[in-house]
Amino acid sequence: MNWAIGLVMFVGAVGLSVIGIAGMLMSNHLFRMVLALAVAEAGANLLLILAGYRWDAAAPILLPGHSTQAMVDPVPQAMVLTAIVIGVGVQALALSLVIRVRQHYATLDMRVARQRMQDALDQAAGVVPPRSQEGPAGERPLPAPTRTIEAGGPHD
Amino acid sequence: MDPMTLLTLLICAGILFGAVAAVSMGNVVSAVIAAGLTSLFAAVTYVILSAPDVAMTEASIGSGLSTAIFLYAINRTRRQEHEKDD
Repeated sequence: MNWAIGLVMFVGAVGLSVIGIAGMLMSNHLFRMVLALAVAEAGANLLLILAGYRWDAAAPILLPGHSTQAMVDPVPQAMVLTAIVIGVGVQALALSLVIRVRQHYATLDMRVARQRMQDALDQAAGVVPPRSQEGPAGERPLPAPTRTIEAGGPHD
Repeated sequence: MDPMTLLTLLICAGILFGAVAAVSMGNVVSAVIAAGLTSLFAAVTYVILSAPDVAMTEASIGSGLSTAIFLYAINRTRRQEHEKDD
């Protein structure tokens, strides 16, 4: 029956990593990306603990009477113990950056924040932002691109 | 079925359910709570895998401190929203 428990555990750990990575890739909300990163971290930790597990062994704690007993590998456990703490540090750093982005660009959507950052960079460099000539009639800037090329901005 | 296998199956189902809820839930606060629930189930899994020290760390730091940090950050951004509205 032990292989069934192992299979279920492996499915849980791999599924946790896959769900976290998929959430990170598919989301545009910055908070959700950090949250999905935390979920993926939990899956990776579970996979590491499973790698060092033995079915016939006890917890790696040395008791006076049981010195000859087989024990689970304690090295992955120590690594995962460190990885959990480092993961919380990474989450705190990422959330502080998210708060900074929110203060500067007043949004939590990744695409909107990227657009506003690009606009701020263009404005600081004194460049008219490049716009498509094939856009809808209302948004088509007719004289602007020639001026951009004459100005010799960093887009050339 | 072996009761141990059944327990493991239930806990892994709880982990996967919590992860899906954390990724796909509409409200951000609910998603953070679901992620904390996922960490708590993972701590129970560590106890089954005979790693009690990792289980203690996961339950206190991964489930407690991480959720607290997330809720603090959400609170910070919400307060700025209110100040902008006023």
